Amino acid sequence: MELRVRALETILVEKGYVEPVALDRIVELYETRIGPHIGARVVAKAWADPSFRQALLQDATQAVNAFSPAGRIGDHLVAVENTPGVHNLVVCTLCSCYPWDVLGLPPVWYKSFAYRSRAVKEPRAVLADFGVALPRETDIRVWDSTAETRFMVVPMRPAGTEDWDEERLAALVTRDCMVGTGLPKDPQAAA
Amino acid sequence: MDGVHDMGGMDGFGKVEPERDEPVFHARWEGRVVAMTRAMATLGHWNIDVGRYGIEVLPPHVYLSSSYYRRWFLRTADLIVQRGLVGADELAAGRAFRADEEKGRKKFSLADVERVTRRGSFGRTAPAPARFRIGDRVRAINIHPRSHTRLPRYVRGHVGVVERLHGAHVFPDAYVAGKGEDPQWLYTVCFESRELWGPDADPTVKISVDAFEPYLERA
Repeated sequence: MELRVRALETILVEKGYVEPVALDRIVELYETRIGPHIGARVVAKAWADPSFRQALLQDATQAVNAFSPAGRIGDHLVAVENTPGVHNLVVCTLCSCYPWDVLGLPPVWYKSFAYRSRAVKEPRAVLADFGVALPRETDIRVWDSTAETRFMVVPMRPAGTEDWDEERLAALVTRDCMVGTGLPKDPQAAA
Repeated sequence: MDGVHDMGGMDGFGKVEPERDEPVFHARWEGRVVAMTRAMATLGHWNIDVGRYGIEVLPPHVYLSSSYYRRWFLRTADLIVQRGLVGADELAAGRAFRADEEKGRKKFSLADVERVTRRGSFGRTAPAPARFRIGDRVRAINIHPRSHTRLPRYVRGHVGVVERLHGAHVFPDAYVAGKGEDPQWLYTVCFESRELWGPDADPTVKISVDAFEPYLERA
């Protein structure tokens, strides 16, 4: 693949469609600047600031603008909140739709045939693959991102973090817990 | 199209295997494919729906045996030839024969990079009032278009409840079929697991899809 891709780039550059330095910059952005640390800050703020939490659940596209390195998030982001009664899980069965703006590029498992096929049919078994076991009575809500709407999960704030500031809280928020395949880190282990 | 990409509910793909400390790209070429694809799309040579359809039409055996970014590469190579941006002879040879022949052509440069990080906006003005309201019971219609659609097979014919209304958006089915943006209302429709998967399904599970208005009828 390396050779074929290099040849394609040569053609696009020779024909005047792209500048190699611009491509370098895109790669760098996704490798270093746009990633789940953005979403983690959003979740931490939602945990710490009730009015921001409300705004996020009401209109996530607007609420997260300030967190985006680009200064603006594309339409149309929806934040869904986990509660003691409901656990949310996000998938794209048709493709790989994922909230790039706040989580970066999706991991391989998110795009895998196993995840895409099973998440809508047996989400508890899929969660078990991630080592997550929810109480039997917890409802599971699966969001299949079939259109241009993108979903992020706001996990439940771990107990024992009442006096933590946003920076400490953000360190508990993993990529997987914002997709719904994980839970936040244990604050005791992280402390 | 009823392709292998429409995977919701299929069996046999095994366990989900998360990778610890996964890198953003596993090889240099993956990043280059993402960058080239985003650059060409940002120049306006195709929109997201056309790009997705370009992956869906890969032959099933190619789709299933290619990694994610290999599928991206194959799609992008196909689209640039289809759109006349690169000659098939050039792609085969791995170099340009007719470089820069069009003066004034748009070039993707450093100044354009910021546009890549913003996802496109697909919201449009609604052509008519929304037919359905939150709480309405709706059935996903039974359609099998040969072209692009966002209505997955596993919900077709099933009844759910309208839960959210997202405004009107570009209708992918129309756009890919060459019928323009044809904006349509978009709804989140929620289904009980047993409605979709039968009496043995886990009753604590609900599944939603985002469905454009033409996919729905009153139930």
